[in-house]
Amino acid sequence: MVAKIKIENLKKSFAGKEVLKGVSLEVAPQESLVIIGTSGCGKSVTLKCLLGLIAPDEGAILIDGTDTVGQSRNAREQMLHRFGMTFQFGALFDSLPIWENITFRLRQKVKMSRQEARKIASDIVVQLGLSAHVIDQYPAELSGGMQKRVALARAVADKPEILLFDEPTSGLDPITGGVIDNLIKDSVKRLGATAITISHDMASVRRIADKVAMIHHGVVIWYGPAAEMDHTGIPEVDQFVHGKAQGPLTQAINDDALSVGTNS
Amino acid sequence: MNFGFLRQIGQGAFHFLASFGRIAFFTASAVRWTLQPPYYGRQIGRQIIDIGYYSLPVVGLTTLFSGMVLALQSYTGFARFSAEDTVATVVVLSVTRELGPVLAGLMVAGRIGASMAAEIGTMRVTDQIDALDTLSTRPMQYLVAPRLLAGTICLPFLVIIGDIIGVFGGYIVGVYRLGFNASLYLSRTLQFLEVADVMLGVIKAAVFGFLIALMGCYHGYHSGRGAEGVGLATTNAVVSSSIFILIANYIVTALFFGV
Repeated sequence: MVAKIKIENLKKSFAGKEVLKGVSLEVAPQESLVIIGTSGCGKSVTLKCLLGLIAPDEGAILIDGTDTVGQSRNAREQMLHRFGMTFQFGALFDSLPIWENITFRLRQKVKMSRQEARKIASDIVVQLGLSAHVIDQYPAELSGGMQKRVALARAVADKPEILLFDEPTSGLDPITGGVIDNLIKDSVKRLGATAITISHDMASVRRIADKVAMIHHGVVIWYGPAAEMDHTGIPEVDQFVHGKAQGPLTQAINDDALSVGTNS
Repeated sequence: MNFGFLRQIGQGAFHFLASFGRIAFFTASAVRWTLQPPYYGRQIGRQIIDIGYYSLPVVGLTTLFSGMVLALQSYTGFARFSAEDTVATVVVLSVTRELGPVLAGLMVAGRIGASMAAEIGTMRVTDQIDALDTLSTRPMQYLVAPRLLAGTICLPFLVIIGDIIGVFGGYIVGVYRLGFNASLYLSRTLQFLEVADVMLGVIKAAVFGFLIALMGCYHGYHSGRGAEGVGLATTNAVVSSSIFILIANYIVTALFFGV
């Protein structure tokens, strides 16, 4: 079976610092991959390369077998119609009410009346467990959990084939986090979408992942089914998955902190 | 031999040229996307109200008091060689050709340049610009183009209104403080005023409006991370647009010198 998303030997440096040193990953159609790793290991950069927000220095990103690196602006815009993305802090447009946030892309793509757009937004927020009246509110008037739901609503409104979630449960209490995870799982299943999620939250990873990949120092050090992540035999993965304070990652994090201090 | 000083000069020159290049590239890209459809009518409308309508009080007050001060100061000066009757002409020419556009430009730079940089900068640090991109909307067309258009369109109108208010300020001082005959003051005001004087101010205003919006958008778009980054972007937007206004003011004046 052709992988829905295939990342091959992705490399990216910023100001001489190599963030991605050759990331390779595959995601099958309708599969949910969660990328884990310590802060600054290159997870978000991988996602941004996937969306074309950052151009990689080397490597290939194949969507349904087509390489998207270096594609034309128009081709990229066409490709983006197949993606839905939620950002770590929601990234909802402050100046627009919720219904306009949710239907933003739909209204760019298809001419629709205000009533029609409001109806679509209202249906989606209800599906995601919010009261229909929130569509007239502005993002700043909503709690963190509600903002995450609205961000999810915006990501799924256009029924994309590929969904990307950047730390969807960060900053949320465990109960709200669990609710968001269930909504993500339901949405991915309902749309038949392929999903890539970045997460630090192991409870969340266990709920939504079919497969898990761990990135460390810009390379994938483990990739496999979620059920096997407790028994990889790799010390770094074991420390991360079980949240141990002591281990090889602690040393790496301390070294990184020291190098930042020295460089600055 | 210590080359530290030379290295600093070299680095300074390099940074200056790099910034110049980035601004030039951003300007070319902004103009290109401003001229290409789609045009976001609602965004343009929102910016026109923000720049044009909400800047009216500050521009009106600035030009009113500047016109009043100008009448007083020119009377003081011209009275020394018995040329008091030229006060009305000096006020109207100074306001329309110079003070109206420059003062309106600087006031709008402070108000709008800062607000544009802060808004776009906040969008940058909260990933809203990346979100726009992933929603298949070009940020340059959605955020920058409407502001450039609105800035270029609104400033000339603001300046025309500011000119009228400034001249009115001079009239109030001239008639009620300095004792000029009202109809004589008005006729002196209109006697030497030419369409070219007003047009010069309007052209300057359009250039200033473009520069204010460009600098506000540029610094917001390239804002650094966090509150400090947005704060710095706001300051840079106001400082750079004010400097560019003063430089452009000389260039436009020199181009139309004698007109």
